Amino acid sequence: MADAKGVLVIGEAAGGQLDASAKELLAHGRKLADSLGEPLSIAILGDNLGGAPKEAIAFGADRVYAVSDPVLKEPQPEAYLAALTALAKEQSPKVIVAAKTPLGVNVGPRLAFRLETGLAQDCLEVKIDGNKKLVANRPVFGGNCMVSVACDSLPMMAVIRLKTAEPLPRNDSRSGEIVPVNPRLDPSVVKAKVIKRVEEKQEGKRLEDAEVIVSGGRGLGGPEPFQKELKELADLLGGVVSSSRAAVDIGWVPYSYQVGLTGKSVAPNLYIAVGISGASQHMAGLSGAKNIVAINKDANANIFKESRFGVVGEWQKVVPALIQAIRELK
Amino acid sequence: MPLNIVAMVKQVLDPEVPVSAYRIDRQKKRVEIDPTKKIAPVINGFDETAVEAALRIREAGHDVKITVLSAGASFVTDVMKKALSMGSDEMVLVQDPALEGVSDSTVTARVLAGAIKKLSPFDLIIAGRQASDWDNAQVPLGLAELLGVPCIPVTRKVEIQNGDVVCERVIPNGYEVVSAPLPAVVTVSNELGQPRYPTMRNIMAAARKKPQTWTLADLGITDLATKLTMLDLFIPEKQSKCEIIQGDDNNPVDAARKLALRLRETKLV
Ligand SMILES: Cc1cc2nc3c(=O)[nH]c(=O)nc-3n(C[C@H](O)[C@H](O)[C@H](O)COP(=O)(O)OP(=O)(O)OC[C@H]3O[C@@H](n4cnc5c(N)ncnc54)[C@H](O)[C@@H]3O)c2cc1C
Ligand SMILES: Nc1ncnc2c1ncn2[C@@H]1O[C@H](COP(=O)(O)O)[C@@H](O)[C@H]1O
Repeated sequence: MADAKGVLVIGEAAGGQLDASAKELLAHGRKLADSLGEPLSIAILGDNLGGAPKEAIAFGADRVYAVSDPVLKEPQPEAYLAALTALAKEQSPKVIVAAKTPLGVNVGPRLAFRLETGLAQDCLEVKIDGNKKLVANRPVFGGNCMVSVACDSLPMMAVIRLKTAEPLPRNDSRSGEIVPVNPRLDPSVVKAKVIKRVEEKQEGKRLEDAEVIVSGGRGLGGPEPFQKELKELADLLGGVVSSSRAAVDIGWVPYSYQVGLTGKSVAPNLYIAVGISGASQHMAGLSGAKNIVAINKDANANIFKESRFGVVGEWQKVVPALIQAIRELK
Repeated sequence: MPLNIVAMVKQVLDPEVPVSAYRIDRQKKRVEIDPTKKIAPVINGFDETAVEAALRIREAGHDVKITVLSAGASFVTDVMKKALSMGSDEMVLVQDPALEGVSDSTVTARVLAGAIKKLSPFDLIIAGRQASDWDNAQVPLGLAELLGVPCIPVTRKVEIQNGDVVCERVIPNGYEVVSAPLPAVVTVSNELGQPRYPTMRNIMAAARKKPQTWTLADLGITDLATKLTMLDLFIPEKQSKCEIIQGDDNNPVDAARKLALRLRETKLV
């Protein structure tokens, strides 16, 4: 790929709308493209892309590959891979980035292997260095250490953690090119078939979008406080309840509550951690949280090192009093 | 013919070790543990789950042979033996000094794919969703690509039904049932459930088993060309600026009240 050029973002869309993850990626991609002085493209895949391509231009793309095919109706990784491999070979981008979504972490690395290149996984920051190489900063060892890695082969690839960039302000007057792509996929490329999807009904806001999160850990001692005290505090603040992995592993709350390295990345303005020790793998989900408040009975708990405010005490006493005090202030 | 299952098991630094015991060699870009602390490595947590998943397939009534496969520069035998004493049949270790400090998934996947080809035929490869050292979550995906077989990542249930592997894959707000023809690669997550403790009987049986050891030369691998260069490895500095709010006479109810006031003052509530 001698004349590799530009930055390609793998964008996700559903229901004809661009996913939030794609808007974040476009913000990262815009910076990379500008420092290379080359164009920013996005590939959007689906069977009916609706307004997503236009939206992508409004959020920073110069060119949109609108890849549509009936086989792409469902987000099937193997169908995505077939379409993206063909596109990447044809367009030879210098840089390809995907988001740390269930699809991105699957498709990104496999695409890298198909293109015989390397990929930096789960990056917090990406930039172009003086040698025009993609350099990524990523946490390793559960977030205890950081590495900075340079991609040595083309295309240079990274999967970027969610909530590490604010989308650019939407600008509907930006101009860009929409290139329709019809890959004519053979349905037999899909070997791993989804037979059934079971999704819990989400009541209220999504964790990923919440401005206030009240989160509980093993220190809560049982499932009830998640439904009662934590929910009450979250409701009072217009927020949502989440948890550590320990609480999920014991079975107090479902996996959908889990924040962290192998759970969700969140970016609330206020994160109240109750009975959570603050292990690095938990904190890994909080790189975007703006203000952390810790309530923990152990004054030495790591969570206090990463918090703005802390109360040392048993949650059984602190949380009900906090609820009452906030009510009185309102 | 039994169903040949390969359980991928990596030996890693114990993730429970506090970061204060880490010693970083910024030149060699390696993480080591303060040797005076005498802390043994462990089997990657998700890889114990991989072995557990393989054993459950046996318990579901299938005739299976479970081979544990690992690659690394050196192994602590007692640590790795756990994968056998949980109930696996055999163990193959790709052991080579050239693998010291390898963090590039393209290299690891190539080495492991070489070993799997040598082990062939295989039906199902079960790996962990990610290794808790470099947190790459890429090697099994790469293996699937190099071997040209389907891959179902991040599952919580793995079953064999009519010659297909059928999994429950964890998604953010629920799960999917995904089916793929064999041979295939799957990865497992902790939601599969607690890995079992070895029984006395299996510990004794494992003690008699000798892992096979292969070098890179045995696999015909001569170059370990990487695709990524690590420029730096460091422990990020964290300055604590936590304002601990104390109640009068250490009264937690009073502390909570003061916290509410501070949250109001800072416009957080
Ligand atoms: C590869 C890997 C991935 C992981 N991914 C994740 C992840 O995505 N998310 C995640 O959260 N974890 C993850 N973990 C696990 C993580 O390492 C920790 O084990 C986990 O976060 C601990 O949860 P916890 O803080 O609730 O429990 P603990 O560490 O047991 O902490 C409980 C806390 O509650 C406090 N407490 C007890 N009683 C009270 C009381 N009455 N009032 C107030 N405080 C009290 C204690 O002082 C303690 O600090 C991962 C681990 C590995 C190895
Ligand atoms: N060196 C290795 N030896 C054996 N299995 C490995 C090795 N590296 C990775 N794996 C397997 O691949 C999974 C994901 O690892 P990684 O992609 O490195 O995060 C692990 O949980 C293991 O099951």
